[in-house]
Amino acid sequence: MTAIDPTAHLTSEQIEELGRELDAIRDEVIADRGEKDAAYIRKVISAQRKLELVSRGVLLFSIFPPAWVLGTAGLSVAKIMDNMEIGHNILHGQWDWMRDPKIHSTTWEWDHVSPADQWKHSHNELHHTYTNVIGKDNDLGYGIMRVDEDQRWHPFHLGQPLWNFINACFFEYGIAAYDLELGKNLSKRRRKNPEFRARAKAVGRKIRKQVLKDYVIHPLLSGPSFLPTLAATFTANLVRNLWTHSVIMCGHFPEGVQVFERRSIRGETRGQWYLRQMMGSANISGSRAMHFMTGNLSHQIEHHLFPDLPSNRYAEVAVKVRALFEKYELEYVTGPLPKQVFSAWHKVFRLSLPNKKPKVGAPEREQELVAA
Amino acid sequence: MVTTPLLPSDYLDLVSPLRAGADLRGRIEAVHPETGDAATIVIRPGRGWRGHTPGQYVRIGVDVDGVRLWRAYSITSPTGRRDGRVTITVKAIPDGKVSNHLVHRAKPGTLIQLDQATGDFVLPEAKPAKVLYLTAGSGITPVMGMLRNTEFDDAVMVHCAPRPQDVIFRGELHDLVADKRLLLTEVHTDTDGMLDIARLDELVPDWAERETWACGPAGLLDAAEEHWTGHGVPERLHTERFRPGIVVAGEGGEVTFSATGKRVDADGATPLLDVGEEAGVLMPSGCRMGICFGCVTPLKAGAVRDLRTGEITEAEPGVLIQTCVSAAAGPCDIER
Repeated sequence: MTAIDPTAHLTSEQIEELGRELDAIRDEVIADRGEKDAAYIRKVISAQRKLELVSRGVLLFSIFPPAWVLGTAGLSVAKIMDNMEIGHNILHGQWDWMRDPKIHSTTWEWDHVSPADQWKHSHNELHHTYTNVIGKDNDLGYGIMRVDEDQRWHPFHLGQPLWNFINACFFEYGIAAYDLELGKNLSKRRRKNPEFRARAKAVGRKIRKQVLKDYVIHPLLSGPSFLPTLAATFTANLVRNLWTHSVIMCGHFPEGVQVFERRSIRGETRGQWYLRQMMGSANISGSRAMHFMTGNLSHQIEHHLFPDLPSNRYAEVAVKVRALFEKYELEYVTGPLPKQVFSAWHKVFRLSLPNKKPKVGAPEREQELVAA
Repeated sequence: MVTTPLLPSDYLDLVSPLRAGADLRGRIEAVHPETGDAATIVIRPGRGWRGHTPGQYVRIGVDVDGVRLWRAYSITSPTGRRDGRVTITVKAIPDGKVSNHLVHRAKPGTLIQLDQATGDFVLPEAKPAKVLYLTAGSGITPVMGMLRNTEFDDAVMVHCAPRPQDVIFRGELHDLVADKRLLLTEVHTDTDGMLDIARLDELVPDWAERETWACGPAGLLDAAEEHWTGHGVPERLHTERFRPGIVVAGEGGEVTFSATGKRVDADGATPLLDVGEEAGVLMPSGCRMGICFGCVTPLKAGAVRDLRTGEITEAEPGVLIQTCVSAAAGPCDIER
């Protein structure tokens, strides 16, 4: 556990009561979910597809600079919508209740090099269950970074600002490698495991398809605009990667977010699980357009409490959840995107160095808690 | 390759959901009230529609409160309508999510999912000389599909409904009577009481010589089957059931949906289809009464009970079960 336990003032009865209140918030949304929500996701999907079609159409003439700018911007937004508000949330099962086989977590595939089923395992099962538990949640630094004082320092971490930047640029490949648990599975013994090989092959196929589409077929279709279109799709992928990486970093890395020790989750109750999600996530504040472009992951706290509620409901849920934070005197970590991104990067830089001795960490941390 | 990970059809669906080659869908074009609780829905089917035989039903998938639900309804329009439209006629049943939605809330312009027409409650190739229709309530609907298609030399109908105003298609039936194309006896059960099948001798003296199509609640059909069998002419009777028969419940068990990795406890009376849907598993479904086989799913392990007969089916390689009429009989594993 971190230097100060910000939940120490709560009794176990209070924690269970908190759990019941959160359950009630969830039940309310489920009872009310219906036609309007279904219309929402269908509208978003339809808008995304039209935007992508039009943008790729415009890029056929990308040899003309205005067309290049317009097409690249449109395609970047379309890719972000596909990954965030649509893909991430459908793959969470947020829309399974509609029983529409075309918009279902078991049938959906996204514009991403990690195949949907592998991502669902590492993200939905591992990260969402073991959120911020050191050694269990690989999202904590993606296995290449140190993001908490309690993680042991290694000289490798000196380079972590650079690793993080490279990961941001090629984030979808980072995710694919991470879903494959490449770090662990590349050892001589595990490399030959048939299950791993099958999964690696699936990733290979997905990468091939994505690359062919973005870097061969569409540029070829553009004829004389081959090179500009190639540059445009590359840029759109880069923009999407940088954006999604920033949003996701803001979810768990900013200062004030807690991490947990493995043994602290043994025999965890529902109330304690909720509490861990509350303390282990951070929000991004902003306009409706901002929330939409982050796939409503700007409501990371609400998303972690209720990963399968439709994303269009997080905004209304957030009001009630925030009231519970106040009632139970817990810190609701949130801030505008630049501030949160800076905070997360600051941590990446700070923890690339070993901890300062002795224990100066504690008061410093307290100060941050108050400030945030 | 151009559209990966989507298919070109995902884009075409945005502009032309009824085109040839698309998943079969239809568009509701109009809703005409028939009685206080029944309405005829005019549907323009997609290009893939292969037509129907009078008396058949169609499975439709309707989004009710955002949730896709599938039900089967008899087709009431004649075959080969010039405008290519088909109609179904729906009676709102108490607590019926889909029927109430279609009768009271469906709006023209709405897209619905369709299946091809199916069912063997149909007329034979050779037109029978003498025909009897024995119907009750919405059991009139498949028969209306037949009446609108074929002209008979000698057709008699006995139809039961609570009150005269509850008789669906009453005006059209009376027109047929006026044209001497149909002999009709209406039994108004609110005043006359339920039809006693023994009264058939008096209502239709030559009933045993007639090729008979019967459709209505289970009580009527059970009585008819007994009656026809008792008189040694069961082959003359054709029935169509709208609801599953008697429910036989037993002990439940834990149900595993192995393809999605979900586990839930189920009682011995709830159909596995409902159990799966509640758990968020994408279950195929159809008539929900054990007829259409739209819901069949491999049973990988354990045992299930047929809710109509109480019969137990145990898992073996290749065993398929109808999830709409099967409940858990102990722990079981369903391939979904």
